Amino acid sequence: MKKSVLLGAFTVAGLAAGMAAAGTKDDVQARGKLNCGVTTGLVGFAAPDANGEWEGFDVAVCRGVAAAVLGDPKAVEFVPTTGKTRFTALASGEIDMLARNTTWTFSRDVDLKFEFTGVNYYDGQGFMVPKELGVSSAKELDGATVCIQTGTTTELNLADFFRTNNISYEPVPIETNAEAQQQYLAGACDVYTTDASGLAATRASFEDPSAHVLLPEIISKEPLGPLVRHGDNEWGDIVRWTLNALITAEELGVTSANIGEVASSTNNPEIKRLLGSEGTLGEMLGLDAEWAKRAIMAGGNYGEIFAKNIGEDTPIGLARGLNAQWTNGGLLYSPPFR
Amino acid sequence: MSDISFVRTEMLPEQEPPASTVGAIGWARENLFSNWFNSLLTVISIYFIYMVLKGALPWMLSPTWNGTSLAHCREILTEAGRVTDHGVSGACWGVINERWQQLLFGFYPNGSEPGTTDLRWRPVLAFLLMGVALAPVLFADKVPSKLLYFSAAYPFIFPWLLWGGTIWGPLSAALGFVIGYFVYRFVSSAFSGLIGIILGVVCAVVWWLVLSSLFVGAMNSILPIGIEAVESRKFGGFMLSITIGVVAIACSLPLGIVLALGRQSDLMIVKFLCVGFIEFIRGVPLITLLFVASTLLNIFMPPGTNFDIILRVLIMVTLFAAAYMAEVIRGGLAALPKGQYEGADSLGLNYWQAQRLIIMPQALKISIPGIVSTFIGVFKDTVLVSIIGLLDPLGLSNAIRADANWNGIVWEIYGFIGLLFFIFCFSMSRYSMYLERKLQTGHR
Repeated sequence: MKKSVLLGAFTVAGLAAGMAAAGTKDDVQARGKLNCGVTTGLVGFAAPDANGEWEGFDVAVCRGVAAAVLGDPKAVEFVPTTGKTRFTALASGEIDMLARNTTWTFSRDVDLKFEFTGVNYYDGQGFMVPKELGVSSAKELDGATVCIQTGTTTELNLADFFRTNNISYEPVPIETNAEAQQQYLAGACDVYTTDASGLAATRASFEDPSAHVLLPEIISKEPLGPLVRHGDNEWGDIVRWTLNALITAEELGVTSANIGEVASSTNNPEIKRLLGSEGTLGEMLGLDAEWAKRAIMAGGNYGEIFAKNIGEDTPIGLARGLNAQWTNGGLLYSPPFR
Repeated sequence: MSDISFVRTEMLPEQEPPASTVGAIGWARENLFSNWFNSLLTVISIYFIYMVLKGALPWMLSPTWNGTSLAHCREILTEAGRVTDHGVSGACWGVINERWQQLLFGFYPNGSEPGTTDLRWRPVLAFLLMGVALAPVLFADKVPSKLLYFSAAYPFIFPWLLWGGTIWGPLSAALGFVIGYFVYRFVSSAFSGLIGIILGVVCAVVWWLVLSSLFVGAMNSILPIGIEAVESRKFGGFMLSITIGVVAIACSLPLGIVLALGRQSDLMIVKFLCVGFIEFIRGVPLITLLFVASTLLNIFMPPGTNFDIILRVLIMVTLFAAAYMAEVIRGGLAALPKGQYEGADSLGLNYWQAQRLIIMPQALKISIPGIVSTFIGVFKDTVLVSIIGLLDPLGLSNAIRADANWNGIVWEIYGFIGLLFFIFCFSMSRYSMYLERKLQTGHR
C-alpha cells in the first residue's frame, strides 16, 4: 500500500520540480491555491471551526492575498505549522507565505533569509497576575514564580527585564498556553507572562476575568507580520501591498459593505487608484486592476478584520491600542497608493 | 436380619451449599474479605474509589451537552445550581458535541463547503473493510479461508479509499507485484533462484518508478474511473492516528522479522546492515526522526519538491517500529531451544523452510505479548506527529481550544481522546490474550 502512495508522491514531486523554476506568483496561479502557513491554533489569530474552516486574524491575511492573486478568498490551503517547523516549511517552499503571529526580528529577516512584508499586529510581552496579589507594577514582582513558555523569545525578554530591574524570579517552565492556563489557575505560579494578546485571550476564558489584572508594563516589542522567502520580490510585493491595501482601506473609509458604492461614486483619487478605477497599480504588480478590491471584499478592511476576530466585541476583547491608524494615534501607517 | 445394613443404600438429596459460600456473599467473602488484612485493604480501596467517583461523577454528569461555548456552559451550570465556592463545577460537554466529528475525521471533506460532498463514508468503509481483511489473519479458525484473497487485495484498496483518485493507481501498483512474480517464476525456472529474485525485484521497481505513471496516465485517458481525490492535508484526528498506526503496524511486522533474521544471519554484510539499522533507529528518539521527516528532508530535496508529509511520517514511524519489532522477535528466536534448529536441519529442511515451518511459528508465538505491546506503543506514539504540525487528536485539541468559544477547556477534550485511545489499545491487548490462550500448547 505504501508503494502506490510513494508512486503518487514521486509523480507529484516530478511535477512540482518542473514548476519550481517559475516565480511564486505563477506557481500559485498555476496551482490555483495559495499555500499559507498558519499556527496550529491560537485564539483569535487562527483556528479551525467545527467544519474545518480556518478563521482568524492571521487567516484573514491569507484570504486577502488569495483573493488578490486568485480571485477567490477560499482558494487557500492552510498548512498548520508549529513554532519549530514554520521556518523550514517556508524556506523549503512547502508554503508560499507564512502568516503565523511571527515576530519580525533582525536575525529572522536577515540571517534566516526571509522577507517580512509588514506588520499586521503590534504585540508586546505583558504580565497577568491575580488581583488578590495586590501588585500594580511588574517591578514589584521580586521573588515571584512566573509561568513561561520555554524556547520562545518571551523567556529571554523576561530574563532581561528582571536583570535590568535587579529583581529575582523563579521560572515555572510550561509547554503550551493551555498548560499555562491550568498552572496559573491552580496557583502553581503567581504570574503568567506571554504576548499581551494571548494574555487577554487567556483572561477572557476565565470564569471570573475581573479577578485577574494585566500589569501596565509591556517589556518587549513584538511586531507580528506575514513573511515570504528572500529572492522573490514580485511575490513579496504582492503580499506587502495586499496588507497595505487592507490598512489603507480602513484609513480611507472603504469597507466590505460600502466598497461597491464607494467605487462608483468616489472622487478621491487615492481610493480610485486603490480600487483600480484609475491608474495601473494592479498591472505593476502583475495582477489585474481589481486586485485590492477583491482583497478588501474578502474579509473587510483592516479594521473590520480586527473587530471581527480580536476586537472589543469578541470574547478576546482587545482594544486597538498600538494597532490603531496613525490618524488615531496608533502605529498603522501604510505608504501611499500612488 | 439381612435388611440391617450399615451402608446407606439410597442417595441423600443434594443440599444447598451454605449461604455464606455462594452468590454475591460467597464471592465477596472469598475475594474481598478472606482475612482481616484483605478486609482492611478492601475497605480502604472502596473508600478510595468512592472518593474518586464522588469527585468525578457529578462533574461528568453535567447537563451541558448542548452548550455552545464555555461561557454558555457556565450559564447552564449556574442555572442548574451547580455553583460551589470555587465557581461552577461540571464538565462542558458542548465542545465534544460540536467537535467530535472533527476529532474523528479531521478535515476530511464533510460536505460543508459548497460544491463538495460528504466523503467521510470512505474512511469509515476503509476501516470496516480492514476488519474484514484482518479477520482471516486474526481469527483464522472462524472465517472461510477464501477471505485471504480479499486480505491480499486490501493493501491496495485501503489507500485508494482514503486518498481517492483514479483506480488505475492502486491497480498499477498491484501490477508491479504481479510482474515481479512472473519474472521471478520465469527466470528462476530458466536460470537460478537468486537471479530470478534479483531480476523480479528489478523489473517490479522499474515498473513502479518509470512505467507505471505512463500506464496510469494512459489508462486514465482511455477509461477514467476514479473517486474524488483527497489531499493528505485533509487528514486529521483519529483517522490520521489510525492510518499511521495501522500502516506502521502492518509494515513493521514483516520488516521486523526480516531484520531479526538478518541480525542472526551468518552473512556478514547482511548482519552488519541489520545491526546498524536497528541500533541506529533504537538509539534515536522517534520525535527526532519525525523532525527529520518534516524539516530536514525538505532541505535535502530539490526546491519545490513536494514529498507528501504524511507519507514521510509513515515511513519514519514504520522504520522506528520495525527496529523495535526486530528486537522483540529476536527475543523469541533466542528463547527457542537449539534443538529446534538442529531438528529442522536434521529433517533436511533448507533455511527458509526451517524458518517457515519450525522456527517462526514458535518464535512468533513466544513473542506475542511483546509484539502487541510494540503495536500499542506505536499506536500511541502517533500522537507525536502533533509536534510537527499535523493535526492528530492532540493537535486538534489545541486547535479546538484556539476557538474563542472553547478556550480554556482541557479535561473534556483530553478525556474524550483518552477514552478513544483506551478503547483501541485495550481491544488490542485483549486480542493478544485471546491469541495466547488459543495458541497455548501446554509446554514452555
